[in-house]
Amino acid sequence: MNLALTDLTDNGLLFFKGALWTVGLSAAAIFTGMLLGVFGAAGRRSQIAPLRWFAGAYVELIRNTPFIVQLFFIYFGLPRLGLKMGSVEAAFLAMSLNLGGYATEIIRAGLDSISKGAWEAGYSLGLTRFQTFRLVVLVPALQKVYPALTSQFIIILLGSSVVSQIAVEELTYVGSYIQSRNFRAFETTLVVAAIYLLLALGFQQMFAAVGRRVFAYAEHRR
Amino acid sequence: MLSSLRRIALTGCVLGLAALASVSAKADALDDIMKTKVLRVAVPQDFPPFGSVGTDLQPRGYDIDTAALIAKELGVKLELVPVTSANRLPYLQTKKVELIISSLGKNPEREKAIDFTVAYAPFYSGVFGPAAAKIAGPADLAGKSIGVTRGALEDLELSKIAPPTADVRRFEDNNTTISAFLSGQVSLIATGNVVAAAILARNPPTRPEPKFVIKDSPCFIGLAKDEPKLLEKVNAIIKKARGDGSLDAIAKKWLGAPIPADLPT
Repeated sequence: MNLALTDLTDNGLLFFKGALWTVGLSAAAIFTGMLLGVFGAAGRRSQIAPLRWFAGAYVELIRNTPFIVQLFFIYFGLPRLGLKMGSVEAAFLAMSLNLGGYATEIIRAGLDSISKGAWEAGYSLGLTRFQTFRLVVLVPALQKVYPALTSQFIIILLGSSVVSQIAVEELTYVGSYIQSRNFRAFETTLVVAAIYLLLALGFQQMFAAVGRRVFAYAEHRR
Repeated sequence: MLSSLRRIALTGCVLGLAALASVSAKADALDDIMKTKVLRVAVPQDFPPFGSVGTDLQPRGYDIDTAALIAKELGVKLELVPVTSANRLPYLQTKKVELIISSLGKNPEREKAIDFTVAYAPFYSGVFGPAAAKIAGPADLAGKSIGVTRGALEDLELSKIAPPTADVRRFEDNNTTISAFLSGQVSLIATGNVVAAAILARNPPTRPEPKFVIKDSPCFIGLAKDEPKLLEKVNAIIKKARGDGSLDAIAKKWLGAPIPADLPT
């Protein structure tokens, strides 16, 4: 086995740019996806029936179709319907919608785990249903499912490799671009895999730190 | 006594073999074809639109039509011999066929082994786009978006010649590149003329018309070395077919465009 990693040294900047795109797109998608997830979960537990149906349909649609098909539908399909967007925008939209679907279901599970007593406590203080959701129920619910959420975030980070298909110049694209020119497929893939591993571990640590901070109020109960 | 008899028999055999060998070496391929009234041609069957097997299980394509045209001009029966790109030359060198019409490109290594006629089919990588796009050369790509398959010949060449402001989008595979062009995500596509022909055949809303050539590698007919009569005859047939439009008809049928004027003769 002859490893020629030195053949890749000229490509450091390319790898760096690719990793930056991967992190940037994932971070943006995680932010929007989380918002979608909270609204989606609220929708699924709403007292307004059409909202419940809509959120339910969204979850089923996203969770029962492959991510690459969703991406191709947005990038190649929507222009037919007159909605044309660039590859970065399409990738961001597809990743956000995809994460939103999964996050909705995860957060809904968190909401379900909150006892009826918490809601009633909110109402007895004179809070409306929305205020109770936002001020009393939401944060403990998120805390319950936070590990599941973070692993979904990591999945989105790794799944972002798929958007190389539509020529978004992220890490996987860079890897395939480089190996199509130097024919060092093994070495290039090795480097790409190592960068993904570092990114994933970094995300994991970061989310753990965020979690400790956001849910610090409950620390003493453990 | 016995041993001398044996020696005579052996000598006879050797002489006979040598005579046979010299006869086949002297024979002229064109004379043989005219004598047996059969032209054997190596054609592809796995490379549409040059050669593939139709739904009726018969071979069809640009190369098959060209072979038929030559056989007709010679007034002989055509025998198609399906070959792969790897065994094309051995079939010719072992005299199993007289001609290779199998989208064969010319290169110095092959020229050492066999002879080539004039070009009979265009085969090139180029930039394609809608008729309205005014693109005459690499410089016109400035500010335009061009779809290309990552790592393909077109990608490597385009990366060298495209101006820095050209937006070269590299897609994972051929089909994704085509989809990007057809859905309008890129305004031009860099690919082979054969791929462009395959897209045109599907009558798409945005048509990939030829703009300029990136790399040209036309197809030639291959034949055995030192067959000047056959070479001359086939060359004459191709030139006539280019003149009277019959080769153009084949090109339009299979590649969706007539023979480019700059195809070497």
